[in-house]
Amino acid sequence: MNDAQNAANERPAFTLDGGRIPFTPGQTIMDAALAAGVYIPHLCHKPGSAPHGSCRVCVVRANGLELSACTTPAQPDLVVESEADDIRALRLAVVQMLFIEGNHICPACEVSGACALQAVAYHCGMLTPRFPQRFPRRAVDASHPDFVLDHNRCILCELCVRASRDDDGKRVFAISGRGIASRLIVDSPTGLLGDSSFSKDDAAARVCPVGAILPRRQVFRIPIGKRYYDRSPIGHVGDVAPRLDAEDVEL
Amino acid sequence: MSSDPGLAAQRNVAATDVEDDGGERLRHLPNRLPEHGGDHPQPPQAARIERVLGASLAALGTGPHTVLQHLIALQQAFSYVPEPAIERLVAVLGVTRAQILAAVDFYAFLHLTPRGRFDIRLSDNITDRMRGSQALCAQLCTALGVRIGEPRADGRVSVDVTACTGMCDQGPAALVNGHALTRLDAERLRRVAALVEADTPLAHWPQELFVVSNNVEQPGLLLADLEPREAGLEALLAHGADRVLAALAASGLRGRGGAGFTTADKWCLCRAARGKDKVVVCNADEGEPGTFKDRVLLTSYADLVFEGMTIAAGAVGASEGFLYLRGEYRYLLEHLEAVLARRRAQGLLGAGIGGWPGSRYGATGGFDFDIRIHLGAGAYICGEESALIESLEGKRGITRKRPPFPVIEGYLDRPTLVNNVETFLAAARIVEHGADWFRGQGTERSPGSKILSVSGDCTWPGLYEVPFGTSVAEVLERCGAADTQAVQVSGAAGITLTPAEFDRELAFEDLPASGAFIVLDASRDLLEMVRNFAWFFAHESCGFCTPCRVGGRLVLDLVEKVAAGAASAHDLAELRDVAGVMHRASHCGLGRTAPNHVLDTLDKFPHIYTRRLCMADYAPAFDLDAALAEARSLTHRDDAAAHLSGDA
Repeated sequence: MNDAQNAANERPAFTLDGGRIPFTPGQTIMDAALAAGVYIPHLCHKPGSAPHGSCRVCVVRANGLELSACTTPAQPDLVVESEADDIRALRLAVVQMLFIEGNHICPACEVSGACALQAVAYHCGMLTPRFPQRFPRRAVDASHPDFVLDHNRCILCELCVRASRDDDGKRVFAISGRGIASRLIVDSPTGLLGDSSFSKDDAAARVCPVGAILPRRQVFRIPIGKRYYDRSPIGHVGDVAPRLDAEDVEL
Repeated sequence: MSSDPGLAAQRNVAATDVEDDGGERLRHLPNRLPEHGGDHPQPPQAARIERVLGASLAALGTGPHTVLQHLIALQQAFSYVPEPAIERLVAVLGVTRAQILAAVDFYAFLHLTPRGRFDIRLSDNITDRMRGSQALCAQLCTALGVRIGEPRADGRVSVDVTACTGMCDQGPAALVNGHALTRLDAERLRRVAALVEADTPLAHWPQELFVVSNNVEQPGLLLADLEPREAGLEALLAHGADRVLAALAASGLRGRGGAGFTTADKWCLCRAARGKDKVVVCNADEGEPGTFKDRVLLTSYADLVFEGMTIAAGAVGASEGFLYLRGEYRYLLEHLEAVLARRRAQGLLGAGIGGWPGSRYGATGGFDFDIRIHLGAGAYICGEESALIESLEGKRGITRKRPPFPVIEGYLDRPTLVNNVETFLAAARIVEHGADWFRGQGTERSPGSKILSVSGDCTWPGLYEVPFGTSVAEVLERCGAADTQAVQVSGAAGITLTPAEFDRELAFEDLPASGAFIVLDASRDLLEMVRNFAWFFAHESCGFCTPCRVGGRLVLDLVEKVAAGAASAHDLAELRDVAGVMHRASHCGLGRTAPNHVLDTLDKFPHIYTRRLCMADYAPAFDLDAALAEARSLTHRDDAAAHLSGDA
């Protein structure tokens, strides 16, 4: 055994689907799994950001309790199941719920192939809708010169809310209402993005995992069919930036 | 029964209110209320907004966490939150406009457009419905010429329904401008309608409409002793925190809110928590449908509740306290404020408690502790302790992730001890009488007594304080229940019991009871209870996590599909599955317990579902013919050929 292996063995570790995942105290199950190259599906979690735990897509069973991997601290005695059949079914149902809550028409969507919701759905084995579509009437806010805010696609992950508040220091976004009437709102006198302090350079402009915060004039630079998740499933490539105007995209 | 202190308080509050709601607003209410995005109503006088907001800001300060209390003050004064007030709050508190709109949109009792000057909300719990509240609501709407949820064109009145107002023992109940109306029937509602039409100020409404009875049917360890003696507080001062915590630990007291965490452990954790400025919070957000014990405790045992909070503060080292009072109980506010003021005058709250001149405890200098009352505004989720803390901070009531636990990091990141009203009362008496006194009743793992809120199909609804270990059957016999089909224990989020289970015992080790005990006799259709609870949870989901936000609505839709006779066996399988997803994957206790009633009744009372199924294995979720309505409208057709018949 070489030194590196010894060092690895000295780190605490928990069990995930039969494998050992080393972790640093303070890490969550999600942090440690991703660091070890093991993918646990997630939508509201962004590595490096504070855990949130709202989408529940990362549900795992840890010592018999169903918990979100992104908010549960890693501990040495944990036995975690992520790919058990019933956990996969649970996760699939949660994703299916997200699909009927908003209006997600993948074949007609500008971000098809670069959308985490679509990619996670494929990962979970979702091929058709399951629950009755709600078809909510939601607005498209095209008031901003650089971005379109399409509420139809919002999954309420609050990544933009958090990025604007914590990274940009702006608090442009908030979640309003409650229950199924929960919705994303914009802090401006009119409630429109164009009248807010939102800017294309904001961190909040780059975090939307779906097509709700959409850069103008950029979305078809990379054709559908050649985007991140068209080429490689999310379970292999993990969180690649969903932005369509990223410079470092290899075609 | 009309000698309750709370009654006097309620009358006084009513009088103050109407005075505040008087003349100016009458003249400034618009004749036509705007549709969303339409004309803005003429705003109330800027001077009046300034007066209301100025008073609120002077009383509570300008911290961002005070925003919800200011919004509640505005709502109370104007029946909505006027736009100029929002701008002022943004400027003064450093919160964003979006944060304010989000809070108003979250809390059911806050509005951005005016309600009627008489804003009536009928309690819509299953116990109200069982006494005919739905027909009464229709009667009231017809009499007043209003539609549910829409203020009348003249701005005089609005009628709406709301979740359980905590009057299940004397329903059907309602709130008018926040004041409780009880024992409603056709005759009483005719009087209410006449008073509204005559524009009689609330202060001049007949007092008997507002009578709230305690209905203590069976007093026990706690309820039998009304007298505050401050002996528990004296014991703390004389013997110190260690002795108090030891007594509490020996008593085995567990939290009375439902979760049953050992109280002494919680207090010790908070005491040991690092961080100054610890906080003690009394959770009086009694929102679980079917529960009303805290209403009575706050009405007639408030001194003991505050004594318990003060003992806790002394034991854990807290200087600031809150009573989080649900908006439905705001009629108790003046009474509770009066009790607090008296306790301050007595030296039982404020600076140097126990360090009074000449006091035999004076050597220690005493400790500082005071209590403020924070109002809720119609959100069941705020009964969950971390959502309650968010609400205390002026935010939407969204449950926090754990860890950290509130005892370590709670209100404004300070160590925060949150206990139920009944827990503080029990703690005060345990410290007074000792652990053995408490352990003289109950079981090994559930010592002491439990105060049950009994309602539904029984002769004597009210409070029953029973030793833990008492069977369901014993309670049914005492309250005069007959021919009982089911008992819903611990409220909508609780357990549905069949008669075969009536020998089960109320105790944490068998039937953990938060206090609600709803009796349903054989004449009831249990699906009506399921519909009511499904509506309730869809309405009360905070919307944070997917399973509860979407799943709660799916459950409601599926239950309604069953009730409409349009469901298939496939739908029942989906109902069970969605309920299971909510139960297993939700973020907090609300989502995880919300489907209990569905899962329980599917298992124990399957016939309430199966007898309504249509024969098909599968039935579509939408009505094919109704889906063509828009096309018919566009083509100006409504002939037979433009409709799909059932056979087509």
